[in-house]
Amino acid sequence: MGRISLNQVTKSFGDVNVIPPLDLDINEGEFVVFVGPSGCGKSTLLRLIAGLEDVTSGEIRIDGQDATMVPPAKRGLAMVFQSYALYPHMSVAKNIAFPLRMAGMNKAEQDKRVAHAAKVLNLADYLDRRPGQLSGGQRQRVAIGRAIVREPAAFLFDEPLSNLDAALRVNMRLEISELHNTLKTTMIYVTHDQVEAMTMADKIVVLQAGRIEQVGSPMELYRTPRNTFVAGFIGSPKMNLIEGPEAARHDAHTIGIRPEHLAISTTEGAWKGVVGVSEHLGSDTFLHVHQTGLAETITLRAPGELELRHGDTVYMTPEADKLHRFGPDGLRLA
Amino acid sequence: MSRAVTPQRKFAVTLLAWAIGLLIFFPILWTIITSFKTEAEAIASPPSFLFFNWTTEAYEAVNQRSDYLKHFMNSVIISFGSTALGLLIAIPAAWSMAFVPGRRTKDVLMWMLSTKMLPPVGVLIPIYLIFRDTGLLDSRIGLVIVLTLINLPIIIWMLFTYFREIPGEILEAARMDGATLREEIVYILTPMAVPGIASTLLLNVILSWNEAFWTLNLTAAKAAPLTAFIASFSSPEGLFYAKLSAASTMAIAPILIIGWFSQKQLVRGLTFGAVK
Amino acid sequence: MATQHSRLAARVMISPAVILLLGWMLIPLCLTIYFSFLRYNLLMPGMEEFTGWTNYRYFLTDPAFFAAIANTLALVLGVLFITIVGGVLLALLLDQPMWGQGIVRILVIAPFFVMPTVSALVWKNMFMNPVNGLFAQLFKAVGLQPFDFLSQAPLMSIIGIVSWQWLPFATLILLTAIQSLDSEQLEAAEMDGAGPLSRFFYIILPHLGRAITVVILIQTIFLLSIFAEILVTTNGGPGTATTNLTYLVYVQSLLQFDVGGGSAGGVIAIILANIVAIFLMRMIGKNLDA
Repeated sequence: MGRISLNQVTKSFGDVNVIPPLDLDINEGEFVVFVGPSGCGKSTLLRLIAGLEDVTSGEIRIDGQDATMVPPAKRGLAMVFQSYALYPHMSVAKNIAFPLRMAGMNKAEQDKRVAHAAKVLNLADYLDRRPGQLSGGQRQRVAIGRAIVREPAAFLFDEPLSNLDAALRVNMRLEISELHNTLKTTMIYVTHDQVEAMTMADKIVVLQAGRIEQVGSPMELYRTPRNTFVAGFIGSPKMNLIEGPEAARHDAHTIGIRPEHLAISTTEGAWKGVVGVSEHLGSDTFLHVHQTGLAETITLRAPGELELRHGDTVYMTPEADKLHRFGPDGLRLA
Repeated sequence: MSRAVTPQRKFAVTLLAWAIGLLIFFPILWTIITSFKTEAEAIASPPSFLFFNWTTEAYEAVNQRSDYLKHFMNSVIISFGSTALGLLIAIPAAWSMAFVPGRRTKDVLMWMLSTKMLPPVGVLIPIYLIFRDTGLLDSRIGLVIVLTLINLPIIIWMLFTYFREIPGEILEAARMDGATLREEIVYILTPMAVPGIASTLLLNVILSWNEAFWTLNLTAAKAAPLTAFIASFSSPEGLFYAKLSAASTMAIAPILIIGWFSQKQLVRGLTFGAVK
Repeated sequence: MATQHSRLAARVMISPAVILLLGWMLIPLCLTIYFSFLRYNLLMPGMEEFTGWTNYRYFLTDPAFFAAIANTLALVLGVLFITIVGGVLLALLLDQPMWGQGIVRILVIAPFFVMPTVSALVWKNMFMNPVNGLFAQLFKAVGLQPFDFLSQAPLMSIIGIVSWQWLPFATLILLTAIQSLDSEQLEAAEMDGAGPLSRFFYIILPHLGRAITVVILIQTIFLLSIFAEILVTTNGGPGTATTNLTYLVYVQSLLQFDVGGGSAGGVIAIILANIVAIFLMRMIGKNLDA
């Protein structure tokens, strides 16, 4: 249960082609994250899978069955929306029970399942409240509860954490991962936040302008980004991308080096520059170095207790085996 | 603005605002006061405001003379009937435009509004003749039909602006949860839009209650609502001030009360949500 | 943003409304146009015959027609002017802090809920009547000759009555618009050195633009077809002093039973209303996003 495959799927809104022909296979039990900048088509892709939008052409199969023309209600998928989309006029219990009620399940069974979901999600004390009386995190849990009671073939999450504050986001991230470990159901998760993608996914799908740029496990994407877009998108702070003579020296159009793969020194190194802003995070310090002759800014990670000031000179040396090389078309060179 | 205002200024503003408010309200107040006078006191010179013999004589006279109750019931049936019928037609239409907007949705809305601009007098004659030939003239059902049609664009517009504020995601969630279109409208949309539907209902009851072109031209006696009933007080009976006032007070009181309770929603409704 | 299925459902669900409105618009409209080319008098049934443009010629050369056009315009513009200027001033006043604001608002809004026949009768008899009306008594009390409003200044009197009915509407909408103005904007303007007058003209008035558009639009729709007020107070007189286009067509067709002539008048009313409508739709098209 929970195998989804897309064959040559396209989507246009009027004359605007949002998704060019696209193939994707999602395996049973996988946690797949669609990630990309806003407007990359990741939410549209999710809505196509959900059946909330028609594909313009192509085929969607769920568990081997052609689901292309099947209405959303019949696809056996559950969705958690960005706004949670709770029914404001119903209590928490009624919200969670709604899909069961629509399926015509008897009341006793409904109550049993709602009670179970409420226990799993720590909502037992709130069942009689209205969504308006809940905090953001609690609402999020209700939305998840509404999704899990119907035991769907797969869960679809549309940027579910973007309305939460930073601390809560970290918490919910863990809870959703935990849920996936318990349920072992396929989950498709859309986000623009590469940190969520890296921390949660079994498989990341990086999208740009409707195209799949790369599919792979988080560490595959981190270690061997297929092109400069993925290289720049995955990892925080962003990979430094350098063009010009220094790249040519490595037989490449562009070279990339992650901030954490630059060794720092005050006395000597391959590259030289002047410290601009330094961000002290405690555990680490991120230095923004200017006047290197390589790129406008080079970001590098230094130890937390580093004492360098604005205007100081620093030297940097890239770790040779961590250097990424890209051709003029942006593609990775072997 | 949470800035402190001097008491003097606040006092002056209060005085001025109350004076103007009372001035604007005065004709209604005067009508109500006069309705409790005898005919002689009603035209006494100088007129007295409070110190006269309060009596309900005029009300009794009005109720005896003509069947006020019949006209009142006509007004109720016509205004609520046309509003209910209008809502029944408008809710699905507004759902379509709010949640499945197409390229032409804006044009359709504009066109619907433009039918309101068709001067009623331009179509009075054919409607009058059609009604005469089909026996709808001077019938409640005929007026319900006409008022439904003339208010339909406003009902649709109002519902559209309310529906548009309901996030589409909630309806999509219902769809994902297995609700059919009918279940989606009955269980999710309608309960969520109750305040909007209620204020649409109120506004249209008010508009229909006070509508005085079609009700005057298409009724004679049987189906005449209060607008026509009051018009019959035109001279010479209008000179009986107390009775005129009593009849007027009874005609406007229900709507005045409904209107006062719903004035906030009225603004939104009447401006098609353009002013909040 | 939807599926074929829901688009189909949408089309089905909107069609009753569209069909009804289309029928309501087209059927009477076609009949009116058809009648307008006939000699058709209700008193002479069976005598209908095609007369070409005769009805239009009679209607358009009738001096009453030009009087009606002028009266219609005067009525609409006069009421719009009074209600908008008065509405803005009243809204500004009601926006100030005061005691009993809610009650004042209720007092001010009340006339809007009074049915046109009632307000016309009350004004005509209890206020404007030259013998027993309150105004006459007031005039006498200060030693003046009573003034017969409805025969000496009939159109102005009707404009006054109608303005009384519509001032509350304009006030309520403009007040709501003023209250939605972000007070930080006004404070910023004050910090920038704008006095009360400049604040009104540069900040408040432009902010009210949208609301004023709405007021003009809605009032015009209703004011073009003012009928009951005229019927009850003056019957269009004296002479044609208060006959507007709506009332003229009513007289022609339902009082003189001249269906043909009345229909021609109806067609002309539609054409004129359309000119106004196009103008108004342009205006709101710019100001409202549907």
